[in-house]
Amino acid sequence: MASPDTYPVDLSAAMITVPVHLADWLVVAPVALCIAAGAILMMLRKTTWMQAGASVVGLSLLVVVCGALLAHVLINGTVTMTMGRWLPPFGISFTVDILGASLTFVASIIALAAGIFGADDVDNSGRRYGFYPFLFLMMAGVIGAFLTGDIFNLYVWFEVLLISSFGLLILGSEPRQIDGATKYAFLNLVATTLFLIATGYLYGVFGTLNMADIMRKAPEMSETAPLLTLTAIYFMAFGMKAAAFPVNFWLPASYHTPRIVVSALFAGLLTKVGVYALLRVLIMLFPAERDMLGLVIAIVAALTMVFGALGALAQTDYRRLLGYLVISGIGVMLAGIALASMAGLSGTIFYAVHSMIVMTALYLVCGLTARIAGGFSLAEPADIYRSHLPLAALALMLLFAVSGLPPFSGFWPKAVLVKASLDVGEWWMAAAILLTGFLTTIAAGRVWILVYWRARQEADDGDASLVRLKPMVDYLPVALLTGLAVLLGVYPEPFLEMSQTAASQLIHPAAYIDSVFPAGGAE
Amino acid sequence: MNTLIFRTIAPYLTSLMVLFSIFVLLRGHNEPGGGFIGGLIAASAFAIYGIACGVSPVRRAIYFHPLGIAGFGLVLATLSGMLSVFFHVPFMTGLWGYVPIFEENVPVSTVLFFDIGVYFVVVGAITSVALALEERSRD
Amino acid sequence: MEILMALLVGVFFSVAVYLFLSRHIIRMLLGAAVLGNAVNLLIFTSGRLTPEAPPIIATGPAGTAEIMANPLPQALILTAIVISFSFFAFLLVLTYRAYQELETDDTDEMRFAEPRGQTLPPLEY
Repeated sequence: MASPDTYPVDLSAAMITVPVHLADWLVVAPVALCIAAGAILMMLRKTTWMQAGASVVGLSLLVVVCGALLAHVLINGTVTMTMGRWLPPFGISFTVDILGASLTFVASIIALAAGIFGADDVDNSGRRYGFYPFLFLMMAGVIGAFLTGDIFNLYVWFEVLLISSFGLLILGSEPRQIDGATKYAFLNLVATTLFLIATGYLYGVFGTLNMADIMRKAPEMSETAPLLTLTAIYFMAFGMKAAAFPVNFWLPASYHTPRIVVSALFAGLLTKVGVYALLRVLIMLFPAERDMLGLVIAIVAALTMVFGALGALAQTDYRRLLGYLVISGIGVMLAGIALASMAGLSGTIFYAVHSMIVMTALYLVCGLTARIAGGFSLAEPADIYRSHLPLAALALMLLFAVSGLPPFSGFWPKAVLVKASLDVGEWWMAAAILLTGFLTTIAAGRVWILVYWRARQEADDGDASLVRLKPMVDYLPVALLTGLAVLLGVYPEPFLEMSQTAASQLIHPAAYIDSVFPAGGAE
Repeated sequence: MNTLIFRTIAPYLTSLMVLFSIFVLLRGHNEPGGGFIGGLIAASAFAIYGIACGVSPVRRAIYFHPLGIAGFGLVLATLSGMLSVFFHVPFMTGLWGYVPIFEENVPVSTVLFFDIGVYFVVVGAITSVALALEERSRD
Repeated sequence: MEILMALLVGVFFSVAVYLFLSRHIIRMLLGAAVLGNAVNLLIFTSGRLTPEAPPIIATGPAGTAEIMANPLPQALILTAIVISFSFFAFLLVLTYRAYQELETDDTDEMRFAEPRGQTLPPLEY
């Protein structure tokens, strides 16, 4: 066959002819790095001695690359790379704005913390089974979802992260885990199938899957096409992924069953991918249709946060309690999406970052606590305040942060959201956020008093202080994340500003469209 | 399923199917076929061998662990996409070259290596699932 | 033809939902398989059903796009088939393991992750 250059066709009409700068490769580098590292570790599964070390090196590299990507986006604005040289909307585009880049960066930090923690928490059988390869492949799915600019590609990344999360979930194969994984698998299958149905209809309506292209076409289609139905299906699908109230029962059924480091990863990453997808589709693609659904979203948000907080109050198992706190946080994030104002959205984005960091750290702390106390029950006093003071201190800071008390990271986004609700006169939303904060404070405070502070009744408290925690693998990841939570709390100015820029990019996506279709682009 | 006929035929059937899967893989660029369907054929070949002769002969025969094969395929596919960094074109761009074999210019492309990678991913993943199912149905 | 396919898709969806509502995992598994096919058929139908022409526009006078099927939905369902296939393979192994380890396929009796009779947390310190 002839070489492609000899065809009598004007290739510049179909293909990108501008050479690609090396800096633009940062757009795909995180995903490619994750896939390659995961695949190589999969090939070397038997060499358990080097899995943890190699993974920590790889994850540190990932943090560096994601940080470079964030810096690139902050300096040069939204960047796009379209696969295989095809011009968008024909090629699959990766388009990175501040929202995607910052969430990617935080996700990579969380993966690094989990990777370090896993060096001690995951034993050799877990490593042989493939904890680290699955970790990398799940990160590929999460980061791919954050960076992609194509809605079908978003579906594919959802599936990538879902299938790798199955692998992580049943690591160990205890009956509890299989039970939890079954429910998780079936309900998430329904959610992604809804996503696929909506995407099929979307292609039928628009004839394109590129998000920037959809945004260009959506305003003129809103009269003739069933866009409200589409938006409602998307809301249902992503709401299920994000664990919003009526469709969230897969989360408390499964999040407490796997190894603690896996729970920590899931709590930090998976539900937030659902929130991210809601932001992209509801706010950026279909803002007019979102306005029609505004009241529904607001009710779902309020119910989710109160349900989560009440559920947390009723738990005797530390891990299950944390699962309900994850749900409650999702409700707070949905509140910003319901308001859809600039302030509300920046609150949502800030809260997502806070929740990713703090929930991961809390699960890790919970794992360390259980190692000392010998179980997850709140009924057994563990007296950790006396035997392991640093752990008790870290736990106190994180529990304050998750309750939204100053000076920790949960305070500012909640304050922004309350103010945003009052600004538009939604006093009941503000009341729901404050009530949730109050209930969460009770639940979190009770955990600290019962588990960490309460003294043992019996005199044989020698066994608790015998458990030694390693400073590098056990304390370092938790301290790293707690430090970030404190930093976000005491010096929130740059982060608030960044989340405001990200929110304004979502509401006014001109830069996003320009990045995919430079100077108007081909029709 | 342990009949004499099946056990006798299975090795030939398996080798024939693996050969056919490679044929399907290589014709896949411009005609029906390709890495995914080729990989499925090869995986079903190993599954048939497993049903006839047991799982451990299959594991011995393919030597590497199925998931290791899948990992190799994934690396190959990623690297063939990364090759375009040296040509200042976006990720996953198809790059073509011509290798003279027996006075015939055979086109070789990154697309081909990507497809071979897909082939290995599918072979590895599906074989590991199939072998896991066959293993358990025996005890 | 499209109307017939739309009806078929509707039947597939209702079968899938019915099977999903069962308490037994094996039926839910079958429901998952039917559901995947229902979606694929839906997307396939939305790309127009015409056998007349391959989706290649020849050089010269255009305007033949109406008689050929849109190839992209077919590419999409190819991806979706691969994904739902691997999903199904995983679910098959998982339900089989669940049946072996938990010795039940009734979801009402699968109470290992959330055991019955959970007590409330202590109310005093």
